[in-house]
Amino acid sequence: MLGRLSFADIPLDVPILVGTFIGVAIAGIAVLGLITYFGKWGYLWKEWLTSVDHKRLAVMYVVVALLALVRGFADAIMMRTQLALAYAGNPGYLPPHHYDQIFSAHGTIMIFFMAMAFMTALFNFVVPLQIGARDVAFPFLNNLSFWMTAVAFALINVSLFIGEFSQCGWLAYPPLSENQFSPGVGVDYYIWAVQISGVGTLLTGVNFFVTIVKMRAPGMTWMKIPVFTWTAFCASVLIMIAFPVLTVAIALLGLDRYFGMHFFTNDGGGNQMLYLSLIWTWGHPEVYILVIPAFGVFSEVVPAFSQKPIFGYATMVYATCAIMVLSFVVWVHHFFTMGAGADVNAFFGIATMIISIPTGVKLFNWLFTMYKGRVEFHATMYWAVGFMVTFTIGGMTGVMMAIPAADFVLHNSLFLIAHFHNVIIGGVYFGYICGMNFWFPKVFGFKLNETWGKRAFWCWFVGFYFAFVPLYVLGFEGMTRRLNHYSNPAWHPWLLIAEIGAVMILFGIVCQVTQLYVSIRDMNLAENRDVTGDPWNGRSLEWSTSSPPPPYNFAIVPHVHEFDAFMHDKENGIDTRQAGGPYQPIHMPKNTAAGFLVGAFSFVLGFAAIWYIWWLAAIALVGVFATVIARSANQDVDYYIPAEEVARIENEHSRKLMAQAAE
Amino acid sequence: MAHDTTLSDAHAEHEHHELPTVFGFWVYLMTDCIIFGSLFAVFAVLRNQFAGGPTGKELFEISGLALETALLLISSITYGFGMIAAHKGQIKSVQMWLAVTFLLGLGFVFLELREFAHMIADGAGPDRSAFLSAFFTLVSTHGLHVSCGLVWLVVMIVQLSGVSAINERMMNKLTMLSLFWHFLDIVWICVFTYVYLASMI
Repeated sequence: MLGRLSFADIPLDVPILVGTFIGVAIAGIAVLGLITYFGKWGYLWKEWLTSVDHKRLAVMYVVVALLALVRGFADAIMMRTQLALAYAGNPGYLPPHHYDQIFSAHGTIMIFFMAMAFMTALFNFVVPLQIGARDVAFPFLNNLSFWMTAVAFALINVSLFIGEFSQCGWLAYPPLSENQFSPGVGVDYYIWAVQISGVGTLLTGVNFFVTIVKMRAPGMTWMKIPVFTWTAFCASVLIMIAFPVLTVAIALLGLDRYFGMHFFTNDGGGNQMLYLSLIWTWGHPEVYILVIPAFGVFSEVVPAFSQKPIFGYATMVYATCAIMVLSFVVWVHHFFTMGAGADVNAFFGIATMIISIPTGVKLFNWLFTMYKGRVEFHATMYWAVGFMVTFTIGGMTGVMMAIPAADFVLHNSLFLIAHFHNVIIGGVYFGYICGMNFWFPKVFGFKLNETWGKRAFWCWFVGFYFAFVPLYVLGFEGMTRRLNHYSNPAWHPWLLIAEIGAVMILFGIVCQVTQLYVSIRDMNLAENRDVTGDPWNGRSLEWSTSSPPPPYNFAIVPHVHEFDAFMHDKENGIDTRQAGGPYQPIHMPKNTAAGFLVGAFSFVLGFAAIWYIWWLAAIALVGVFATVIARSANQDVDYYIPAEEVARIENEHSRKLMAQAAE
Repeated sequence: MAHDTTLSDAHAEHEHHELPTVFGFWVYLMTDCIIFGSLFAVFAVLRNQFAGGPTGKELFEISGLALETALLLISSITYGFGMIAAHKGQIKSVQMWLAVTFLLGLGFVFLELREFAHMIADGAGPDRSAFLSAFFTLVSTHGLHVSCGLVWLVVMIVQLSGVSAINERMMNKLTMLSLFWHFLDIVWICVFTYVYLASMI
């Protein structure tokens, strides 16, 4: 009846997990209780969970991303603490069985649910506003994408309390991840969580590609598109090309495990290196999917806080596109040690090094944007400048590892770990947090507290160096990744320093939470409110609407004359909003529960398949199909906002603008 | 320029709303194409990994395959007739051609399943060797797509019976299914030549 699920699969014998469960349960009950107490279930369901509004979906994506950050960071600091302790005679506090699950979960969660969710949040919020659109091309699919991501994240967290998680690293290399060596449910949790979230990501890629191609405001030709939207476009192309390959790789691993096939097994003619090739055909573009939008954020933030147009717009676009193309011809550098031969390794080594050229172009563009600009060292700008320093170092260690001969020494060492955290924290994370600080007033109508923002930055920045520079040293000293225990006395002090760094980063996260708390507490102070919708003297169209924007974004679709459309309008005295109308009724998509239902059924499908509860899996699959078919038959999918209502909202904003100007 | 186009904009926006659907579906199909491309690449790597089991030459029978191929290719033509009828607004005729397409597709899936059943009965199932894993996965991924297409065809036939005229949304759905169905045809031609014919030479 319950497949291979039994009461014994609930890890009551692991105190850490029981404690975590109690904590999560109390927090969960508290949240649910508060929602009930304030009678907000109807509001939550009608206005948020079923919403197809890209701005609300963006907020929900950020919630998922921040939860994933907390979970992923808890894993990280547990690993660092284990390695600070587990030296010589001391086994540490995490047995290998548990430790291996933690590093696998850390990587999987940080990439798929922290970084990807945060990136999608930024796409969702910024892209339609920047191109002067009223929503994305497929608002319902957008909601569906969110739910696929959210339920996949839920599924991966269920593995904490029911069964176990994968112990095979974040990419589940075979043959270790095959049934022969991993007979438990851990790898199956991994497979289903990644596949379900992958569907969501693929649909996001298609959605934003079509949105950017088809829905730009009149006059916005390709070379007038803001840089962030360009980067979202390139990342969408990468998603559309790379994620299907991930789907295939993980599906084949699943077929090996569920049907005894022989794609990657030791016997039957399987080929493990085929898996590596497939997974990295996705995996290398994936890191550019993450970092290119971060580049886009900096390309918006640096001009705004330097009060200058971006330096070298065209080169920025070409560099982004060059990186997009090159990211597909470097994947073998993840396994130079496979032994493909000198010629193959040389090709991929050189291709990898070439990527540093367009990346360098971007870096110089940002520097020249600041040069002779009126640079304001706002908290948002801290993250941008911190990124420039940190990412450059990370990029250079990447070029070091692109030398195949050097890679034979550094492969799978802590040097590699230091390198990719150097680019992912210093590039991706700094970028997304920078973007959050930048666009937060646009989302909610009030600014984030700067003091706590700067404190968070310094803790993250200094903590990062303390946590990861020792790992470079340890890599040179021969320490490999994923060690649970060691006895080399030379390594111990470095691992203690790394632990200090992790604690500093913890303070950074505490500062970020405090920043959110303080900002919400002080949201009504005059200096925090964003009345004009343009708190930073912004350059692109998203700053021309009110903060938060009305449901339809733009009452009258703006006309774009130049790059930096809003700045052009401000300088030439053109009213981008065309306040006063005449307004027309606005065609809008209706909210729908279909995305939530497909997500819920997918969750059940994944859970049932993990535990071999086939009857339940069949029901869930039928549920998915039935929901999609019902949605297809639904004729009641849109509505019009009457012109009077539009006029009322717009006049209200105009009144506030005038009151502000009069002060 | 900014002011005299407001009205025509409202019109353009309306078109904006409908256009991306088919384009978006086409883009999605291209991502599906990459799934098939990856499976073809996997098959190319594993095609000679027989692990002492049967080879393609021993397993494949050209006669059944020719029939399968014929059914699928003809079903593309019948779907095309359906689209012509849809453009003329002849709902009954559309339903009839979709039903014919459905039957041809069903025949294809039936023949494929029969072939699979024979192979598995002969001990040449997907767990026998890497070659057979790759073969079954590639071919049945196509078969699963065709099966989804069959469900979609039924849904369209049912939805059409409730309408008096084919509106834009319905036309978009028919066009998307058309793209899907023809796409599967093209994939099958690649399967037929690269998987079957090339294995039999």
